Amino acid sequence: MNGYRKYFGKKIFWLLITFIFAVLLNFILPRLMPGDPVAVIVAKSAQGISDTSAVKQIYENYAEAFGVDKPMTIQFFTYFKNALTGDFGLSFSQYPRPVSDIVSSAVWWTVALQFPAIIVGWLIGNLLGALAAYIRKGFDKVLMPLALFVSSIPAFGVAVILLVIFAIKLKIAPISGGYGFDMIPNFSWSFIMSVISHYQLPFWSIVLVSIGGQAVGMRSMSIYELNEDYVKYSRFLGIKDRKIVGYVFRNAMLPQITGLALSIGTMIGGALVAEIIFSYPGLGTTMLQAISQSDYPLLSATTLIITLMVLAATFVIDIIYGLIDPRVKAAQFD
Amino acid sequence: MKNIIRQVFHSPKFVVGFLIIALILLTIFTYSLINPGDPLQMIGLGSFFKPGTYISAYDSVGAEANTMKLPEADGNRLAGILSDADRISMLQWLTAEGIPESDIDLTDTTGLLNLWDDNYDPSIKPKGMTLAQRNYYSRLNSNLANAENNEEIIIAQVNEETGSLERSGVISSTDYVNVRDIANVKVLPLGTDNFGRDVFKELVSAVKTSLLVGLIAGLIATFIGLTLGLLSGYIGGIVDDIIMFITNLFTVIPAFILLILISNSIGQESRGATTVAIVIGMTSWVWTTRAVRSQVISLRNRDHVNLSQISGHSLIRIILTDILPYIASYVVMAFILQVSTAILAEAQLSMLGLGPKTTEIPTLGLMMNWSMLYSAHLNGSWWAYFPVIMLIALISFSLNLMNTGLDQVFNPTLRD
Repeated sequence: MNGYRKYFGKKIFWLLITFIFAVLLNFILPRLMPGDPVAVIVAKSAQGISDTSAVKQIYENYAEAFGVDKPMTIQFFTYFKNALTGDFGLSFSQYPRPVSDIVSSAVWWTVALQFPAIIVGWLIGNLLGALAAYIRKGFDKVLMPLALFVSSIPAFGVAVILLVIFAIKLKIAPISGGYGFDMIPNFSWSFIMSVISHYQLPFWSIVLVSIGGQAVGMRSMSIYELNEDYVKYSRFLGIKDRKIVGYVFRNAMLPQITGLALSIGTMIGGALVAEIIFSYPGLGTTMLQAISQSDYPLLSATTLIITLMVLAATFVIDIIYGLIDPRVKAAQFD
Repeated sequence: MKNIIRQVFHSPKFVVGFLIIALILLTIFTYSLINPGDPLQMIGLGSFFKPGTYISAYDSVGAEANTMKLPEADGNRLAGILSDADRISMLQWLTAEGIPESDIDLTDTTGLLNLWDDNYDPSIKPKGMTLAQRNYYSRLNSNLANAENNEEIIIAQVNEETGSLERSGVISSTDYVNVRDIANVKVLPLGTDNFGRDVFKELVSAVKTSLLVGLIAGLIATFIGLTLGLLSGYIGGIVDDIIMFITNLFTVIPAFILLILISNSIGQESRGATTVAIVIGMTSWVWTTRAVRSQVISLRNRDHVNLSQISGHSLIRIILTDILPYIASYVVMAFILQVSTAILAEAQLSMLGLGPKTTEIPTLGLMMNWSMLYSAHLNGSWWAYFPVIMLIALISFSLNLMNTGLDQVFNPTLRD
């Protein structure tokens, strides 16, 4: 048990460090803007407001929120404290709604959409990749280039193509949104059905994109494993092919799990853009709104939440990996 | 070196990928020679013109006409006039008149018109039909009648002295003009976009810019990654610890988020294509660093490196002559992947509205962003977005293919 404790301790320590760093980056980068950041933000957000006292009010609010008159370190701790308590200020574009309110309503849509989709795509991709490595001839020749091509289509491209085929041409799926536009979120049967029907297209577009890349990676991994000594030895021993494939699959899976932990950030980034195509009420769409309407507090909160999501996902995968791979435990005793 | 290149070009995957890229590059260069000019020039007043050949109607009136008797001409003309919506309206009238729906074939134009001529009577007032709808049917009927009569169309000009119309020419239904005789013919292979710009021309220029963005970003990312990886792997110790700490941090903090934050901070005005490329390059070196470092660590204690160290060669010389040649293939492969991810990153940034500033040059991402903003996908203008998606896919597909090919050349276990 000691080995695991050490491993988990390390991972938690690392999680904390990256967390602090993520907050720090979110704090510093906007402040690297040339000139007075508050003035820039106010100039962006006060476009069209002719009332000078209102502009001044906005400026003062921001100067206070940013604490520009105080030293950087104090500014950072104020920011950090606010971020921890979930206080991101008020949104510009949806004034006077607090940013935390907007983000917390969007985050669950994204979590419920992306994580299942990425996991399903990852599983299907790995199965196909292992199959391609095992069968190789013919199958491999057709599937490989196809998987490579599909994985080359960007997530938003797949989203647009699916949208046009299924929602516009075949009319079997709704065009946009997370639920019928005439509904108010509640727990009625019709609302849940509406959510499910709106869920399909974004879900499958993310799945399709992740399948290709995973299949290609898994194929190479499995081919490496198939050439390992233990496979040859098992063949000598006369162990059934099925069983050997099982061993190979398990061993090839392990690097794929690490691979998932390392690439989940990129995958979420792509999927966020795919959300925009469907106007799905998640973080991607929120981010687009924040950018297009220069809603600075909202953008800052969204990027922070996405970073935290990725950190948490990576952490969970690392923990699962530690439990699955016995070598991790052994390594800690060195 | 020569041998390696020969070996690489024996890999079918690499060759296919290379040919696709070469073809794209060739198209870019030849097209800009054939058809120079500003790709962002707005030629169409109006948005989303369909792909096709546009002939000046004004010029075709004056062009020399030849008479041709084509048996299928009348049928084609009628089929062209009758839109799908009109056909459905005719079906509605005919069924209201009591003709069973199974007898009506909407695709058979002559049959439909015969049925229509037999049954249509403007004096009949089917139940539940408003006056506006009856007027629509009578207009449709007269249009059809005109088309069927093949009446000549008279061209008249205003006499400047008297102000009256004077007949200057007649066009009959059997007149044809040769496209070559018409002075102004514009071929729009992919129509126009929402601003009325030639999509094909824009696309060629966008591919060029996007490839350039990929190239710059790839070079920067590879340079940073290679330098950090070499330092971290070869020197080790505290340098390794610091570099690996930073690398690990940036592996978990998504590059996409960093890109958004930095691009947003730079601001729309100062964001050119080159700036975006530099920012992308500066946020995507992590993978190269990791790969190079692990390679260098395995090389560090090889005999030939030790020998160089004992001979007192400088650090730079050891790295350049004893280490770099061994990891060159990895670096090239990493570079190819960087280019493809950078093109994608630009596209994603532009979709969020954080791409290069929109007034100077098109990029693939900007074209995608414009077509989505003007709902090309909802109004059926596939030519505005589908070629863009396919080109992004094709570019990264061929780059990935080249990469897989190289992988198979340098890792014999992966060979087919």
